[in-house]
Amino acid sequence: MNGYYEAALSSLPPGAICKVAGLFVEGITRRRLLDLGFIPGAKVEVLRKSPVGDPTAYFIKGATIALRKNEADNILVSEIS
Amino acid sequence: MRRSTENSSTKVQELVKKRFNVIKSPDSLVVALAGNPNTGKSTIFNTLTGLKQHTGNWPGKTVVQAQGSFLVGSQKYTIVDLPGTYSLLANSVEETVARDFLCFGRPEAAIVVVDATCLERNLNLVLQIMEITSKVVVSINLMDEAQRKGISIDNKKLESQLGVPVVPTVARIGQGIEELVQMVHKVARNEVIPKPRIVCYDPDIEDAVAEMTPNLEKILDGRFNPRWVALRIIAGDSNLINQIFEACEVSLPWAQ
Repeated sequence: MNGYYEAALSSLPPGAICKVAGLFVEGITRRRLLDLGFIPGAKVEVLRKSPVGDPTAYFIKGATIALRKNEADNILVSEIS
Repeated sequence: MRRSTENSSTKVQELVKKRFNVIKSPDSLVVALAGNPNTGKSTIFNTLTGLKQHTGNWPGKTVVQAQGSFLVGSQKYTIVDLPGTYSLLANSVEETVARDFLCFGRPEAAIVVVDATCLERNLNLVLQIMEITSKVVVSINLMDEAQRKGISIDNKKLESQLGVPVVPTVARIGQGIEELVQMVHKVARNEVIPKPRIVCYDPDIEDAVAEMTPNLEKILDGRFNPRWVALRIIAGDSNLINQIFEACEVSLPWAQ
């Protein structure tokens, strides 16, 4: 990665490491993402995509979590400084 | 008065039998076993119960239920293995089952198994369970793996921060299990009274909680934690709230 970026987590390729900058959802989905460890400042590694490209596995706070693209669309991430 | 408390306790026993298929009696105290997935919960369950276990489903749910029993001295305990979850906010059948048992199953104690290698992730569930019941014992499992990774955990500090007993374990080799069982025994018989740390929310939420708590205390009459019920009302968890009020035999103004 070159330069500072802010992007949706769903747009990053496997191998990328970033941190959570914010969540674009409210209600149950937001709570669910927070419970899974997607809290602002948390480090996330994109592990791999499933053969059809969705879902994608992420490594966060010591566990591998799979998210659908429409869930990962709601997570804003930034480059690790 | 005496008679009415006896009646209400048999009523609770009947409800728990019907709803969770768990037999509750003075001869056999009930312990719930909760934790995130992959924390060694089942290893602890197997170590405690050996072959004295049976499996089935939670009544009406396609979720596996395992129950077993163990003895501490002459006291018999029934231990119920709850589904592994990251949260109790009822986003899935597993979470609903775990939450309902902790809330309506009225276990005498709850063991929360946490993974020593990723405490932060696991403490989310610990805090949520501590909001429902104070009778919590935390088992920090996989201590050997944490050591291998160079992680050291200050149990005493964690215990004082959480306000509930913390027991380090390596369930795979049975290390710490005896200490865990003794601690559960003490908590179940009220010899140790945990004082769970209270999670503070934003001022507007805290104000609303403070406003509701005195009335809720009267209505709930010690059956449920008023603070937790107030928080669930604010969250708009109407399904759960209806069940709680039903259990307290309160007729709801909006249900008439």
